[in-house]
Amino acid sequence: MSYGMMAAFQTPEELLAAVRAARTEGYRDMDAYTPFPIEGLADALEAGPNRVPLIVLLGGIAGALVGYGLQYYAMALNYPLNVGGRPLNSWPAFIPITFELSVLTAAIAGVVGMLALNGLPRPYHPAFNAPCFNLATLDRFFLCIEARDPAFSAEATRRFLEALNPTEVSDVEG
Amino acid sequence: MTMSWDAIRNRLSDVQGARYWQSLEELCDEPGFQELVAREFPAHAAFWESPLTRRRFLQLMGASLALAGLTACSLRTAEKLVPYVRDPEGVTPGKPQFFASAMVRDGHATGLLFESHLGRPTKIEGNPDHPMSLGATDAFMQAAVLDLWDPDRSQTVVTRGRVSTWEAFESELLRQRQQWQAAQGSGLRLLTEETTSPTLVRQVEALLRQYPRARWYRHDPVDRSALLAGAEEAFGQALVPHYRFDRADVVLTLDSDVLADEPASLRYAREFAARRRPEGPMNRLYAVEAAATLTGAMADHRRPMRSLDVGVWAGKLLARLQDGLPAADPWLEAVARDLLAHPGRSLVVVGYSQPALVHAIGHALNARLGNLGQTVTFTAPAPPPATAPFADLVAEMHRGEVQSLFILGANPVWTAAPELAFDAALRRVPFSAHLGLYQDETSALCTWHLPEAHFLEAWSDARAYDGTASILQPGIAPLYEGRSTHEVLAMALGSPTRSGLELVRETWRGAHPGTDFEAFWTGALEKGLVPGTSLPPVVPTPRGTPVAPPQAPAGLELVLRPDPTIWDGRFANNAWLQELPKPLSKLTWDNAALMSPVAAERLGLSNGDVVELRVGERSITAPVWIAPGQADDSVVLTLGYGRKVGRVAHGQGSNAYVLRSAGAPWIQPGLVLRKTDRTYPLATTQRHHRMAGEPLVQVSTLQAIAATGSMPTEAPPSLYPEVAYPGHKWAMAIDLNACTGCSACVVACQAENNIPVVGKEQVMREREMHWLRIDRYYEGPLDAPRTYFQPVPCMHCENAPCEVVCPTAATVHDDEGLNAMVYNRCVGTRYCSNNCPYKVRRFNFFQFSDWTTESLKGMRNPEVTVRSRGVMEKCTYCVQRIQAAKGDEAATGRPIRDGEVRTACQAACPTRAIVFGDLNDPASEVAALKAGPRHYALLGDLDTRPRTTYLSRVRNPNPALEEA
Amino acid sequence: MAARDSEPPVIRPGYTIASAAREIGDLVLRRPIGWPWLMGMLLSAGLLTLLAVAVVVLLVRGVGIWGIDIPVAWGFAIANFVWWIGIGHAGTLISAFLYLMRQRWRTSINRFAEAMTLFAVLCAALYPLLHLGRPWYFYWLLPYPNTMWLWPQFRSPLIFDLFAVGTYLTVSLLFWYVGLIPDLANLRDRAPHRFQQLAYGVLALGWRGSARHWQRYESLYLLLAGLATPLVISVHSIVSIDFAYAIVPGWHSTIFPPYFVAGAVYSGFAMVLILAIPMRAAFRLDGLITQRHLDLMAQLMLAMGLLVAYSYATEFFSSWYGGNPPEWTAFVNQVTGVYAPLFWGTLFCNVLSVQVLWAPKVRRSPVALFVVSLLVLLGMWIERVMIVITALHRDYLPSRWGLYVPTFWDWATLCGTIGLFFFLFLLFVRLLPIISISEVEKLVEEGA
Repeated sequence: MSYGMMAAFQTPEELLAAVRAARTEGYRDMDAYTPFPIEGLADALEAGPNRVPLIVLLGGIAGALVGYGLQYYAMALNYPLNVGGRPLNSWPAFIPITFELSVLTAAIAGVVGMLALNGLPRPYHPAFNAPCFNLATLDRFFLCIEARDPAFSAEATRRFLEALNPTEVSDVEG
Repeated sequence: MTMSWDAIRNRLSDVQGARYWQSLEELCDEPGFQELVAREFPAHAAFWESPLTRRRFLQLMGASLALAGLTACSLRTAEKLVPYVRDPEGVTPGKPQFFASAMVRDGHATGLLFESHLGRPTKIEGNPDHPMSLGATDAFMQAAVLDLWDPDRSQTVVTRGRVSTWEAFESELLRQRQQWQAAQGSGLRLLTEETTSPTLVRQVEALLRQYPRARWYRHDPVDRSALLAGAEEAFGQALVPHYRFDRADVVLTLDSDVLADEPASLRYAREFAARRRPEGPMNRLYAVEAAATLTGAMADHRRPMRSLDVGVWAGKLLARLQDGLPAADPWLEAVARDLLAHPGRSLVVVGYSQPALVHAIGHALNARLGNLGQTVTFTAPAPPPATAPFADLVAEMHRGEVQSLFILGANPVWTAAPELAFDAALRRVPFSAHLGLYQDETSALCTWHLPEAHFLEAWSDARAYDGTASILQPGIAPLYEGRSTHEVLAMALGSPTRSGLELVRETWRGAHPGTDFEAFWTGALEKGLVPGTSLPPVVPTPRGTPVAPPQAPAGLELVLRPDPTIWDGRFANNAWLQELPKPLSKLTWDNAALMSPVAAERLGLSNGDVVELRVGERSITAPVWIAPGQADDSVVLTLGYGRKVGRVAHGQGSNAYVLRSAGAPWIQPGLVLRKTDRTYPLATTQRHHRMAGEPLVQVSTLQAIAATGSMPTEAPPSLYPEVAYPGHKWAMAIDLNACTGCSACVVACQAENNIPVVGKEQVMREREMHWLRIDRYYEGPLDAPRTYFQPVPCMHCENAPCEVVCPTAATVHDDEGLNAMVYNRCVGTRYCSNNCPYKVRRFNFFQFSDWTTESLKGMRNPEVTVRSRGVMEKCTYCVQRIQAAKGDEAATGRPIRDGEVRTACQAACPTRAIVFGDLNDPASEVAALKAGPRHYALLGDLDTRPRTTYLSRVRNPNPALEEA
Repeated sequence: MAARDSEPPVIRPGYTIASAAREIGDLVLRRPIGWPWLMGMLLSAGLLTLLAVAVVVLLVRGVGIWGIDIPVAWGFAIANFVWWIGIGHAGTLISAFLYLMRQRWRTSINRFAEAMTLFAVLCAALYPLLHLGRPWYFYWLLPYPNTMWLWPQFRSPLIFDLFAVGTYLTVSLLFWYVGLIPDLANLRDRAPHRFQQLAYGVLALGWRGSARHWQRYESLYLLLAGLATPLVISVHSIVSIDFAYAIVPGWHSTIFPPYFVAGAVYSGFAMVLILAIPMRAAFRLDGLITQRHLDLMAQLMLAMGLLVAYSYATEFFSSWYGGNPPEWTAFVNQVTGVYAPLFWGTLFCNVLSVQVLWAPKVRRSPVALFVVSLLVLLGMWIERVMIVITALHRDYLPSRWGLYVPTFWDWATLCGTIGLFFFLFLLFVRLLPIISISEVEKLVEEGA
């Protein structure tokens, strides 16, 4: 069963144009594969909202709360000791660790979040079946219109893509 | 030394702020300084961390398999011992017990109490009832327990290098006795140290009755015979002086360290310090001396002078006092006027190292000032009377007249003046038996060596300097095969009684016939002394004016002195005393040729240069140490070093006995110094450098206080909340006006708290472990500086900087304000030490504590953790003693009385300079002191809120001598 | 600096996307092992062995084998710790800070700079462990639940350190790895050998360059950069608090945090150059790491040098103006005392030598730059030693003034960690792309 129709382009500009054309053609379920990020491409694909910043923010807040809470609990509640006559809740001394922990959790949350949202790690993906897809990490720019798209039809879509002057169009097995 | 001394003097003359300095190098930032600093490196740097360090260190740990299975925890003797009843801390079962006994040095007893844990003597305290202790101890008494448990002690009978038995020795004695019978003991000689033991005297008398032609000689390296001769000269009878510092307003010491090295020094120091309080009528002390001494350090006015010239100066003073013509020397004039202004309340003290004639002058001075019977009283010396001079014995031995020689305790081969050639003489004696704690230089040349029982292992008796008799009771059965002098003498006599206990009891039954003997005996043991045995005072009549001694030839003199930490060498194998910094030089592990800056400059010498000291045809080499305040033409060397035996003593320092002369034991003219090209690393615990900014030792004068008064320093405002200490609030106050720097407290702390020794190399690397150190500061002119001592234990700051930086909460505050150190939580970041402005924390850089040597396990205080490698440690205010007292409090419900908890340092202090107590008890002494005008906190402006604080030093200078 | 559009090209013109990517990738995939690399490897492996020996001796005998004592209870160990951490900082700053600043020239250097950061921090992290009296209890510094309810003492700067360095190490690692993912995918697709394909494939997590992935990827990368920048500043500030927190004269100073950060970045840039210059020569990367890169790095280093000089001046001024006798004594001792050579050495290396960088000719000469960088690196090390030792060896009570003299084992441990650092770095240049491939591709595409 076919996963979708993959077209390879020489330049980001051609790819971008192709994506726009595909949208006007009415295609929705498609994805582009490029060796490096290309500005505007995600918008052209109308990718959904990006939740990574929110995750990072929440991670940071959680870290800060845990950080201060841990110190307050240990120093003031669980085992209060007179240390050099300092107050049990020596908040200025607790700031550095609070900060470090919030940065730590924010970073970890961000990375984990990014990978999760991207569905990575994922060793196998149908896109890899496309001929010379390994150039997707070098200097080839791919557009894949997926079979699940209602507007998808093997012949029509192939004809449409070939009209966009790609180096190659191939049917990707899923 | 390449630096210019004028530069130093000028610098000192015009420094305003930082007037204090500690040693010379810091005084000039000139090439000389740099060079000296460079010199400091070899002592300090071991690029390859030297293997010697480790080996030496292992030696000190004294781990010897020979000792495995030793009876380290042998039980108390079967004989009945009587515990000290009025015990300082109250005896309850399961608690350590205290027994009264006494320690004998130079023949004189000082009363003590030893603490016994399950029959193991672990700690020594003073006996408050004893006139020569008054509850205090000196460093030697504190270190005695280490001697007891010393793994190097002689353990078996040895004859001609082979291990033997007491039985073999007895059978040898049988043969000997037949010879003695035949010859009425004509070839029999007995040599002991100075002694006052009634039992010994009784035994010797018995021996002499049995063998009329036998003779008894005494030999002691610390020779005080000049005192008696001086009294002969002055009064026509052999008397010893007793000084009454409590009555003296003005004191003049002539070449005497009366506060430190007299048999009665503990008492003297106590009474002297009691009169130093600016609150009461404060005394004034003038010191004229060659060596810088502790007494000189306490003096209001000190005059460095060659020992040889002291007599002449004293003669001038006497003349001044008698004919009343003003003297040319303003200093002498001022002293004379001051003395004359206090008839009957002044005191002149002459040191035992001065010849008889000078003592006679001293007596004449006191007589002129009407002090006889007032500030100085006299008694006959404690019996027995002096014997024929030791030299006669050696002569007899050389002539081959001695067939049998008993050497009981002494070590004459090492301590006798070389010109006597005692070793050669000893080789001519067919039968010689040496009884000693160690297999030493003498035992090596004797046909028999007999292991001696330590005084904590044996029964004996002795008299104090004032004649008061004490009975010495043992705290433990002999660890090895040791026997006491009495027991050996009994063997020699072939007497039926052999047990030390019985021998001593016989003596005292003789003195106390009648039925109440048991009561008397028990009482004597309890109190640690026999009441009413002090000698009656004698009121002597002076015989005319002594002639002033002739002016001595100019040039360098050699002054020998007993060492402040190992005395005459008998404590040379005691690692505590070896590592105890000498009070003034702060040297450890070595003696050195002490000389004044001027002398050093003249000879181009600096610290550590090795010089050859030559007197007549005898010479030794020794490293130089520059001692500010010493007389310019006087070189001081202390006895006791250069031992060839003992793992600890071996190879440390130079043997001053080589330079000793039988005629003049202490002072010799005509010293020749020659600089060698060698240098020798000396380990000092206090390196150079001037006081940074504020006066750490606050000093004022009596006049200044009277004029302006002084207010206690207020604690600065703090950002931190006041912590409430509802229960106890422990604190310490140290009176810098009372501290003489004697260092007994340092050893007391070491004994109480299981503090390890680290060895010379580690000391050179600034890793000594003493929890309590005594800082020594100099002030004023280089050639006659004023000297101040400052004991520095942990300050137990309420806002402790050390605690805040500890990552594991291994040092925290307890609810009584103690800065607690939790050894087993410490990971050893050493951050606390960095952040301690007082640098009182000590770190176990290696495994310093000896965990293997059996006997040392027996010595340890079971109440105190033995620390491991890698942890920090420091003064705990003797928390174990606090806990013990609180235990009693909980058990009896009786609140802790002030003075009930006494820290080890406090208990040892002869002058009561250290006071510990509860600040929440308004009636406590410490609370009162801290409210007083002299109270101040060290580095108080750091807002560390130390619980250990100080009372400022107050001097009482003679206005005529001190330009204000 | 110049705005993005008018900016001169950061890499040599004439590259195609493919050629640029291959030039970098082939270093790892196809280039045979060369003599320089082998020599370097042998040397650093030797030093690494020395480190192992030093550590064993240390554990067996105790920290007493070092020159430390009372009063100088901290010696080389802590100085080296501070030094290594500081070196790390430049890497993060280049990759994060310059990224936020949109400095496209960073592209050629950020990857190996980040690697440098990781390895430097690893070396640094060794010291706080080793310098403990009882290293086997290091975990007592961690807040882990235990039956006795014992916690670390959170007021201690050493605990700050633990969290700061731990966080720094983790975040740097994440940042570095995230940056690597597309390149790993690239290597996966270029790799000639099966096992290489497998290895890089696994590490690449199945990256396929989807536009949606790129979108999230980029926002994360930007956020990480945003997090790493304050983090890196906080880390050396906290390290400086180890000293500023204490009441030791010469340590207790509020200028320490910025002063330490400046010095850190300073030494870091020096290390980057020390790595870049030989690498550039050995791998003929002068097309990607151009003269301009060196020039810009040199300018940054000079700027940092001036900042450091300013910090010195401020410190000296305040110790004079502060009117606190112990502080002043400490300063006088620093410039005239036993350890004055350290002070003057610092001034020479950190302040004087770097002034030659005013000359554009020097900035463009790799050899000169290399020498200056070495001097700066040395100078920063001396400065750390000076800070640790001179302050401690004379503090409040003259009676406890002393000295610190390093022993053989002090030096062995220092050289050992240098060996460890280069050992790891040499492995890195053989196994991972030392320049970010995807970013260079982008540069070429944008016709930079």
